[in-house]
Amino acid sequence: MPKITYITHDGEKNTVEVPTGLSVMEGALQNNIKGIDADCGGSMACATCHVYVSENWLNTIEKIHDAEQDMLDMAYEPKKNSRLSCQIIVTNDLDGLEVTTPVKQT
Amino acid sequence: MINTDAIIIGAGPTGLFAVHQLGIIGLKCEVIDNLDRAGGQCIELYPDKPIYDIPAIPECTGEELTNGLLKQIEPFKANFHLGQRVEEIKKENNLWVIKTNKGNFFSAPNVIIAGGVGSFEPRKLALKEAERFEDSQIFYSVTNKAIFQNKKISIFGGGDSALDWALELSKSNEITLIHRRMEFRGAAHTLNEIKQKEKEGKILIKTPYNLKSIEGAKTMTGIEIEHENGELEKIKTDYVLSFFGLIMKLGPITDWGLNIEKKTIPVDTETFQTNKQGIFAIGDICTYPGKLKLILSGFHEAALAARACFKNARPNETYRFEFTTASKSIHDRLGLKK
Repeated sequence: MPKITYITHDGEKNTVEVPTGLSVMEGALQNNIKGIDADCGGSMACATCHVYVSENWLNTIEKIHDAEQDMLDMAYEPKKNSRLSCQIIVTNDLDGLEVTTPVKQT
Repeated sequence: MINTDAIIIGAGPTGLFAVHQLGIIGLKCEVIDNLDRAGGQCIELYPDKPIYDIPAIPECTGEELTNGLLKQIEPFKANFHLGQRVEEIKKENNLWVIKTNKGNFFSAPNVIIAGGVGSFEPRKLALKEAERFEDSQIFYSVTNKAIFQNKKISIFGGGDSALDWALELSKSNEITLIHRRMEFRGAAHTLNEIKQKEKEGKILIKTPYNLKSIEGAKTMTGIEIEHENGELEKIKTDYVLSFFGLIMKLGPITDWGLNIEKKTIPVDTETFQTNKQGIFAIGDICTYPGKLKLILSGFHEAALAARACFKNARPNETYRFEFTTASKSIHDRLGLKK
């Protein structure tokens, strides 16, 4: 099962196994990872599952779509490597993925 | 004080359908919502996005669903108290008494919380200093546009609110429109108008920039913005308007003595009652084993909670289950002609 590492803004790392097919957001919720709120439940309507993806992974995960980019405008301190974790679906290629959560979600 | 059979907190699809379910069994209700219109997340977050899983409606938008529900509950003439948030719930003589932030009081034997993920509030600027100037020089919505005359205004955001206000206020002010990336999202004709105003020198566009700092002690004199490449730029400004949409906050609900688990309220699935007798929770805000955050689940939950409300509102009457197809009393409540 792919391992995903969630890193808090102050550097605390949590590595958990997330079944393929689930989103990185769902993986966080199921494992009680702090720093991901996911208020809208994954309908890409709230930007509270915002994460920063480490640069070396940006090309491996599926490209960002306009609707996600629009929603990221609403996120707390979005950067170039910002993504909504509800839109990153875990595959075997993503084994080892590291995402960092922002200082806060709202 | 308004007395009724049930108070519904939240005018999203689940709250609206609760009006219906209470109405057909002959119970009156009052609906309170923090937003200034009914529809909840459907109308606030995705009015134009199609929904495909409402039974018997192959496709409808959030707005269409809301309008359909409002039409469906018209016969019950429920009162809506919009633009106000419930602050307190207290028990007095076997009734729940509710107070809103506008100082209105309600009382009823039943309270149905259909509050979704909480109440909507504007998303605020990340900078701590922004708090000091909030409502004096920094605004998250425009309530009095008269104060903006011959001023320097910096507008943050890339969506319709930011664009529309940039256009509107550019008529009599100097506008700087700042957005974190090159692309704006907005109606095509709005974008064209913005480009036109930029050519005319009425709107200065700064992309891709973010707010870095706010300058000024007692009054804000300017801001500093940072380009994606790290370059800084100072802008003199009298006002900052920031439009980053709405967020949902559970708010005062956490102070009412209800059990809360991961921002949701556990309920008994027979009645949808919470740990407090006479307080029910339905829709996205409730949780139980197997809970799905679907609109259709909210409808089912509303139907069961309404029946449970009957016992509290009419303790001396016996509830009789009836079908809308056959019941004369339901037809009367729906105002159908004989």
